[in-house]
Amino acid sequence: MIDSASLLAVLPELILTAGGLALMLVAAFGGDGSARIVNWLSVLVLIGAGLALPCSLAHGPDAFDGLMRADAFSAFAKALIYVAAAAAILLAPRFFSVDGHPRPEYPVLILFAAIGMGMMVSAGDLLTLYIGLEMNSLASYVLASFMRQDERSSEAGLKYFVLGSLASGILLYGSALLYGFTGTTAFDGIAVALGDGVSKGELFGLVFLLSGLAFKISAVPFHMWTPDVYEGAPTPVTAFFGSAPKVAAIALTVRVAIEALGPAGLDWQQIVIFVALASILFGAVAAIGQTNIKRLMAYSSINNVGFALIGLAAGTPAGVAGTMSYMAIYVVMTIGAFACILQMRDADGKPVETIASLAGLSQSRKGLAAALAIFMFSMAGIPPLFGFWAKFLVFDAAVAAGLTALAAFGIAASVIGAFYYLKIIKTMYFDEPAIAYEAKGGAVENIVLTACAVVIVLGYLLNPVLDKASAAAAASLF
Amino acid sequence: MDGFPILSLMMAVPMAGAIACLFAGANSARWIALIATLVDLALGIALWANFDQGGLQWQFQEYAPIFGKFAWALGIDGIALMLIALTVFLMPICIGASWNAIQKRVGEYMAAFLLMEVLMIGVFAAQDLYLFYIMFEAGLIPMYLIIGIWGGADRIYASYKFFLYTLFGSVLMLIAMMWMVHEAGTTEIPALMAYNFESGAQTWLFLAFFASFAVKMPMWPVHTWLPDAHVQAPTAGSVILAGVLLKMGGYGFIRFSLPMFPEASAQLAPLVWGLSMVAVVYTSLVALVQSDMKKLIAYSSVAHMAIVTVGLFAFNQAGIEGAMMVMLGHGLVAGALFLCVGVIYDRLHTREIARYGGLSINMPRYAVLFLFFTMASVGLPGTSNFVGEFLSLMGIYQASSWVALVCTTGIILGAAYMLYLYRRICYGDQVNADAAAMPDLSGREIWLLAPIAAVVLWMGVYPESFLAPMRADIHALEARLAPAAPAGDSKIKMGAPKPAGEAHHEEVAAHGEAH
Repeated sequence: MIDSASLLAVLPELILTAGGLALMLVAAFGGDGSARIVNWLSVLVLIGAGLALPCSLAHGPDAFDGLMRADAFSAFAKALIYVAAAAAILLAPRFFSVDGHPRPEYPVLILFAAIGMGMMVSAGDLLTLYIGLEMNSLASYVLASFMRQDERSSEAGLKYFVLGSLASGILLYGSALLYGFTGTTAFDGIAVALGDGVSKGELFGLVFLLSGLAFKISAVPFHMWTPDVYEGAPTPVTAFFGSAPKVAAIALTVRVAIEALGPAGLDWQQIVIFVALASILFGAVAAIGQTNIKRLMAYSSINNVGFALIGLAAGTPAGVAGTMSYMAIYVVMTIGAFACILQMRDADGKPVETIASLAGLSQSRKGLAAALAIFMFSMAGIPPLFGFWAKFLVFDAAVAAGLTALAAFGIAASVIGAFYYLKIIKTMYFDEPAIAYEAKGGAVENIVLTACAVVIVLGYLLNPVLDKASAAAAASLF
Repeated sequence: MDGFPILSLMMAVPMAGAIACLFAGANSARWIALIATLVDLALGIALWANFDQGGLQWQFQEYAPIFGKFAWALGIDGIALMLIALTVFLMPICIGASWNAIQKRVGEYMAAFLLMEVLMIGVFAAQDLYLFYIMFEAGLIPMYLIIGIWGGADRIYASYKFFLYTLFGSVLMLIAMMWMVHEAGTTEIPALMAYNFESGAQTWLFLAFFASFAVKMPMWPVHTWLPDAHVQAPTAGSVILAGVLLKMGGYGFIRFSLPMFPEASAQLAPLVWGLSMVAVVYTSLVALVQSDMKKLIAYSSVAHMAIVTVGLFAFNQAGIEGAMMVMLGHGLVAGALFLCVGVIYDRLHTREIARYGGLSINMPRYAVLFLFFTMASVGLPGTSNFVGEFLSLMGIYQASSWVALVCTTGIILGAAYMLYLYRRICYGDQVNADAAAMPDLSGREIWLLAPIAAVVLWMGVYPESFLAPMRADIHALEARLAPAAPAGDSKIKMGAPKPAGEAHHEEVAAHGEAH
């Protein structure tokens, strides 16, 4: 039934939809000249959606008879998604203006992706989940191939589309099996049906569902699209892929695992443990040989997803809170790192992507090198940077849940990951200068970068807030 | 000084200096760093002066629960006080040693050193388990940069090895810490020191901590990062590495392994003894054949640290006091030796021993100071190392005479490699014309070495100043260890007890003597 409470509960999505549609018209009639204004208006729309979150919380948690959930968990995830999407919009114009001009469709597509992601994290039903996922994916496919003239970008879009469709098919098949064996597509209904033991058919459905989701979070063994898409997509889009959809997909996975598949915890726990460890190890080892920084970030994201899943593997409220905190910190690190990568431009303003080109950056661009070093040390999980705390929380939850061996193995594997992050720092600080970069970065880039670096360095002071928010988010699932 | 957050201030001063250095020019960065470290030295002296010997175990405590799951909790006992004193004493010397030697990226260099000082003080002052871990691990970042940017030819390999070795050692300790916190329900180190973990778990916890501290110490066979790091690091980097960073391992044993897992410590003591015995003999022999001065001193550090570990795992007052004295003494002496190497390296830009010779002719003042520190390293009575080594070995003799026997050879071997080094550098003919033309110590260099020499002598002649603040803490540790301590094999026969009155009289006399 459509009632006002339900509509208010999805107010952020409504704002985004209305804003997105209106801005699309502006873009269509205004042409490329309207790019600047559309950019800023999109950010405003995202801010508006973010401000609507408390209102949606007040009218939640159930909307449309449980098809959507507006609880603390979805609010936490949406806040992150909106921040990441806004950052992806803000960082883009400079990149797109190198050849030709920025196009106004870009921010609109990001808005549409954000609607999809909002639906993903609010889904209370397998069908809502699917629609949200596809809505986000559709926008993402276009975004990946956004630079039509660029061969790599088109290839990335196509690859993403083909493999993404396959994953959606797997996911849909899993949903169909679960529906067939439980008789419902609602998460709580599935949980009730699984409560009296997990039948073979349900188990199959669960495995297929999780496989489809593993593709979306790019966890091993469904990660193969990630490096190519990350490398081929325009860099601001890569920054977007690395942050917002990751949060949405992880949050979705957590919600499905806890809310729908909660009673089958022992069955999915082993899958999650395997996927987590495999992602950590593979992401760390495969990254070592990379020479392209965007590819390296792709492996780094695989690696990070593995760590985030350790919190889910614990299956406790503390674990879920850890995973969500992990994603929050990860988003800040990723956006910061990409704000640095976007500044890798040679003297003519053309983007450079090789790690070797960073050589000696600490002498030509002190601030940029220091910021990138902070993000790299943070991703490697070296205290006192905030990335350490992200890892700390998930491992702490795993230890509390009795998974000490998993935690020990995972943290030992994080040392392998530290190696390639160190390689970037080594290139910037120890090597002799190679090519000269553009003398200074754009103002917006520098503001984003500084903000992220400050959060990463002083993040521990945010701990009380983060702990409270993530605990509330986790509590709403249990 | 009641309630005044002096420990936080001691960390804030170098931190502010570090940030200022990043933005300052080369010369002003040098002065900022020197002033910040001297202010910290003054604060350190004030800290010592206000430390109430025989008062509360934990003093200067600060507590601010601002980080959610853990707190900004600081506080020191006598052991931490001594190590903080060592840190703040060595830091201005490190800055002075880098005054002319470092010419490129001075601001960043000084910032890295000042950050290092913050973290080292933090390690020794932390009273929260996770705060300790953060400080302990964070030290990797500045040290990695110091070795990698300002190091020698093979600096990149050395910096990676240093970083990954120590990181791998430490991460398992973090998992053990999490387990302990969930078990005991507190992150406060003093509370955890009194908590009795079940003995089966203790073994695992001990091993996890051991992985970290043994690498940091470093113990044989995980010492191989140290020679590389020392050789490649700039002089001041080596000083701080040998002087303070290695002490974090020993401090870890005293603060965590021994009091928190006494049963596991006793159970695994033979392992520690075995590794230490190998280290003393093996690394001393390796030091004997080195042709690189820094490498030789690096290997000698491993041997000296092995004396520390046997002293610690002697489970008695003498052994642990000795271990602390060796740590303090070695911190000064090894630091001074690296400075001595740095002095001639700055002139000739080689660490090859064969390139020198007969320096006592053209550099008499240098030869005197170098000889003094050589003798101190050997453990000549009257110098700091004698006190420490003697007490350590006396302590271990009560626990195991065989270990004492093997480890004592370290002193003989130490004399061999140090005197051999000294002979090749300072005595003999002046075969190399460029070495023969080197000028003697400058005023700055004398000012770097003379204070260390004075303290080494002080520590050797009147060790009571340094033992007194630690005595009560070590006594408490011994009491904590007593139920688990392994029975000694030396069968020491005590003299027949004298009548009570007379014994008391003698004790008073001994006490008076000691002061």
